[in-house]
Amino acid sequence: MKFKLTLWKLVFVVIMGLGVYSAYVRYAHGLGAVSNMNDQFPWGIWIGFDVLCGVMLAAGGFIVTGAVHLLNIERLHSIVRPTVLTAFLGYCLVIVGLCFDLGRPWFIWHQLIYMNPHSVMFEVGFCVMFYTTVLFFEFLPNVLERFNLKRPLKWVKNVMAILVVAGILLSTLHQSSLGTLYLIMPSKLHPFWYSPALPFFFFGSAIAVGLAMTIFESSLSSRAFGRQLELPVLIELGGALLVVLWVNALLRFEDFFHRGQLGNILKPSYEAYFLWLELALAFVIPIALLSFKKVRHSSNGLYLAAVICLLGFVTNRLNVSVTGFETWVGHHYVPKWTEFMITLSIIAGGFALFGLAVKYLPIFPQEEHRVANRVAEPRPLGVAPVLEHAGD
Amino acid sequence: MSKALLYDSTMCIGCKQCEAACAAQNKLPYDDRVAAESVQSEHKYTVVLTRQDKFMRRLCMHCEHPACASVCPVGAFHKTAEGPVVYDVWKCIGCRYCMVACAFAQPKYEWQSLNPRVRKCIMCPERVKAGQQTACAEACPTGATKFGDRDDLIKEAQERIRQNPSNYVPHIYGLTEVGGTCVLLLSGVPFEQFGYPAPNKVGDVPMPEYTMRVLSKIPDFIPLWAVVLGGVYWISHRREDVAAVEAALKKDGGAR
Repeated sequence: MKFKLTLWKLVFVVIMGLGVYSAYVRYAHGLGAVSNMNDQFPWGIWIGFDVLCGVMLAAGGFIVTGAVHLLNIERLHSIVRPTVLTAFLGYCLVIVGLCFDLGRPWFIWHQLIYMNPHSVMFEVGFCVMFYTTVLFFEFLPNVLERFNLKRPLKWVKNVMAILVVAGILLSTLHQSSLGTLYLIMPSKLHPFWYSPALPFFFFGSAIAVGLAMTIFESSLSSRAFGRQLELPVLIELGGALLVVLWVNALLRFEDFFHRGQLGNILKPSYEAYFLWLELALAFVIPIALLSFKKVRHSSNGLYLAAVICLLGFVTNRLNVSVTGFETWVGHHYVPKWTEFMITLSIIAGGFALFGLAVKYLPIFPQEEHRVANRVAEPRPLGVAPVLEHAGD
Repeated sequence: MSKALLYDSTMCIGCKQCEAACAAQNKLPYDDRVAAESVQSEHKYTVVLTRQDKFMRRLCMHCEHPACASVCPVGAFHKTAEGPVVYDVWKCIGCRYCMVACAFAQPKYEWQSLNPRVRKCIMCPERVKAGQQTACAEACPTGATKFGDRDDLIKEAQERIRQNPSNYVPHIYGLTEVGGTCVLLLSGVPFEQFGYPAPNKVGDVPMPEYTMRVLSKIPDFIPLWAVVLGGVYWISHRREDVAAVEAALKKDGGAR
């Protein structure tokens, strides 16, 4: 195969190179050298983004498998495989991210023997571990089909319903428990974000983001791999997203109201600016956009709404994990460049692995012939070429 | 009976003998440079803070219901019967949830280490178990830091406030905060001035209760949710079966 250096490949190589350097600093000189975390800010973006957002962005897996296998919505079938792939990669990358963040990652298996059932972290850890296993089995048919292993394929398909139920159960638990993690800090976390309802918000936002991420990932791969966009499917997801966003927004409003924060959120303050940004991106703009039928029925409109919504909920989780602590701590936390590079290279690695999987596995089986004969198409999207050549 | 430390800041002269004794007990470096550091760190478990002519110690509060022990996924922290909250380094995986969860921000981390440990005052557990007082209490020349049974120290603290009400803010910090702590504080100025969370802000509810309210529902939630999900599966697929049978019957009927 001819190797062609494109701009995006160059960007990928640069990110990965700097990521490798940062990883070296992390393991050769310690957490203090690689990050701006300190005793006041023991959790930085590796928890705030890599774990909290990573798990949230991988939520599409349990939602789409649930819709197809549990609710029996056959017409969504075509997006199950890419969504499961996204989720499986997402969880694997969360674990990779954890191996950078944990001070003693070589003892991560202690989770299995020194169990503390009173710890939310223990529950999250176990759920993530089991759910990654479930996702592995949900993803396995791709590999089995590729190598034409019919009997094991049949076994996996026979237990698929159980896997899907287990996946939803585990996801419900740990998606909400990521919010429960913060319940023990009522005096530290800013009242804009500390709420007894945090577990519900984390679960609700996971459903919204799972839908938005599925729209995002479908739009992206349709452009990158020259696939036909499943527009009717995305329109349906967009409609569901609108409803879920409304429910989320109403719950947040209720919460602000009952905790007497409505007056405070309108007053300008450091936290209020971040809250406004979060609420605008997560709720106001996507809901406004999706309310127009024209937007909801156009691939670009859906893509735009999904991306803004994703940014909004990422802002939300960073607010919970970083912004919300800054007043209590008394100073700001800004990640060091090496911290960013680790996170960026994990994301870049995710894109590359997705591209590789699509190239070598029957993720989009019914369209293989089209991929083979595809002609050059306009690519309006920046990141798409990364995906396209990721497998080279 | 639980042991405790009573620190009366009005009796403190800021000599930092407790700091030095703590360092010696825990085999930590201590010199003029460390003495001048006014923050706790992985090499300084306790610090004597100075504001004008007032002093205040910071150290692990040894909560009756410690958040650190509750949040640790591997149970690396536990509360001993004698009172100290201690740390088992070999269990720790380094998630630092203890540091985030502690309302008093006491656990510190060895950020520069390649095999980092969480560090904090552990209230000299061997000495306490052997019936001795802690190193800091032993070193204190004025009795500002006093070691004893928690109940006795509470009575003594109440007595001191009653006898000299003008000397003290009328509050024993740690008596009820986060459900009670084994370090009790008396002060002539509000505790917030030295970085302690205000009593009304930190509250009297043991921190682990906030998460247990949710966690305790999980054992009931799992079977319930599993049954619901299974039921949804059954109904949605049953519909398909029924539709197929009905279609077949219809076809059958039409042919006849």
